[in-house]
Amino acid sequence: MSEPTLAVIGAGPAGLAAALAAAARGIHVVLVDSVPAAGGQFYRQPATGLGARRPQALHHQWHTWERLRDGLDGHVRAGRVRHLTDHHVWLVERRGAAGFSVHALLGAEQEEPAEVRADAVLLATGGYEKVLPFPGWTLPGVVTAGGAQAMLKGGLVLPGRTVVVAGTGPLLLPVAAGLATAGATVAALVDSADPTGFVRRSRALAAQPGKVAEGALYAGQLARHRVRTLLHHTVVEAHGTERLEAVTVAALDRDGRVRPDTRRRLDCDTLAVGHGMLPHTDLADALGCRIDGTDVYADDEQRTDVPGVWAAGETTGIGGSALALAEGHIAGRSIAARLAGREPDPRGWAAAARTRKRLRAFFAAVDSVYAPPAHWAEQVTDETVVCRCEEVSAGAVREAVRELGAGDLRTVKLLTRAGMGWCQGRMCGPGVAGVAGCAETAVRRPFARPVPLGVLARAGENESR
Amino acid sequence: MNPLELARAEPGPAFTVTLDGRQIEALPGQTVAAALWTAGVTSWRGTRGEGRPRGLFCGIGVCFDCLVTVNDRPNQRACLLPLRPGDRIRTQEGTGHDE
Repeated sequence: MSEPTLAVIGAGPAGLAAALAAAARGIHVVLVDSVPAAGGQFYRQPATGLGARRPQALHHQWHTWERLRDGLDGHVRAGRVRHLTDHHVWLVERRGAAGFSVHALLGAEQEEPAEVRADAVLLATGGYEKVLPFPGWTLPGVVTAGGAQAMLKGGLVLPGRTVVVAGTGPLLLPVAAGLATAGATVAALVDSADPTGFVRRSRALAAQPGKVAEGALYAGQLARHRVRTLLHHTVVEAHGTERLEAVTVAALDRDGRVRPDTRRRLDCDTLAVGHGMLPHTDLADALGCRIDGTDVYADDEQRTDVPGVWAAGETTGIGGSALALAEGHIAGRSIAARLAGREPDPRGWAAAARTRKRLRAFFAAVDSVYAPPAHWAEQVTDETVVCRCEEVSAGAVREAVRELGAGDLRTVKLLTRAGMGWCQGRMCGPGVAGVAGCAETAVRRPFARPVPLGVLARAGENESR
Repeated sequence: MNPLELARAEPGPAFTVTLDGRQIEALPGQTVAAALWTAGVTSWRGTRGEGRPRGLFCGIGVCFDCLVTVNDRPNQRACLLPLRPGDRIRTQEGTGHDE
């Protein structure tokens, strides 16, 4: 095989844009993705067997998706892109002059291994939702806002009949609108922030006519379904014994504390909750890439600081699908030039670079508006489980800090097991940090997902070939 | 309105799977979690420590809360695993290895 090979990890907007840009410029692309169909979380497709004739009813910016999908199909037919579905990547390994090995596990069972060799790697691994703990958040019926949306888009199912959508962030609006349109009764949309002032005065928003139209569309859908919106409110507690039956919501005061006199109960069988997004950075971290805070560092060409490794989309900082597309496009063009031994010409991607700059400014402004209540941890009772996997209570975390002298997350983890379970602290990290009063530090995970020991033991067997 | 109508779904024929011996219907392509939600089931695991009920949480394979036993294999993520006709789903107690 003569032409150089690029492995793209993740077939969401960033990965697809990069794959198309690189393939169009003569690069052989292997697109490695964990689910059966391309699209990522944003363009998650209904399972083929469901025979959806009108999947666009669940989506936004469908024309963009059609362009990506048709582009991918064309390159796959022409043999320029190999699309590996159901591949769960657990490690990208540097092999010096030999390039990279991408190690994956196949299918939902994730026991059979697979390996892909490449000369360059683009990390487009996306993000996942951050959820802060509150009493009752482990009850069945409490799901993440993004999870409710993923189940709707992919499985064409609703989590329940009566839903409260709560937390904070720009994701809540499309989730509430989507659930209402699909037939759920949305009892309330509860956001601890109050974005209305931002919408009125924001210069960042004024530069985003598309975002204004998108927001107006969702607001219109919510109005049509008579969804009430409670801004500067928070969910104080989820009630139920075996499953969710109701939530208590309350208004927040100026300092971000719950106003007890405003507490009221809303009956619901589902709470879809989220407090923003976090990037997936495990593969980058294991490769030795620089991580700034929660985000993988990337330069103007979307290169990480590890030669041969690029990154684009949510993994370099949460900013939505349009930003991911721009970053992916730039990355694909940069990779195509550099793998051909040429210095890329940034003038070729000037339009994408302008979009990237504009959207990064916009999401920086968004970030400053949407924030969880400043004193959310005060609402977490000692009995509340904060680490869902290991069932560690807030009381145990507080004891580790107060009685046992833990001063950082790692010590809290060693003393309580918080963060040691299946999810490796992805779900509880921010919650435990808040309850402990510790700084939220990046967690180092050698592998991006659980790996059977047999697979691990055999991973180096082809070395001598 | 329901999601299938909204997306104008014309699924292949429904098939039968079991949950703890009880028959439930599933549609082609649906995951364990999707079929259980459709059947009105929201919890299918008891935790290792307190035996508390759990079901789907993150919905995208990250949180491992939706673990379930399918065809005697414990610790399968219900949000990822597509169902096949005749699959036997069992509520998973604890690690799923002591049954």
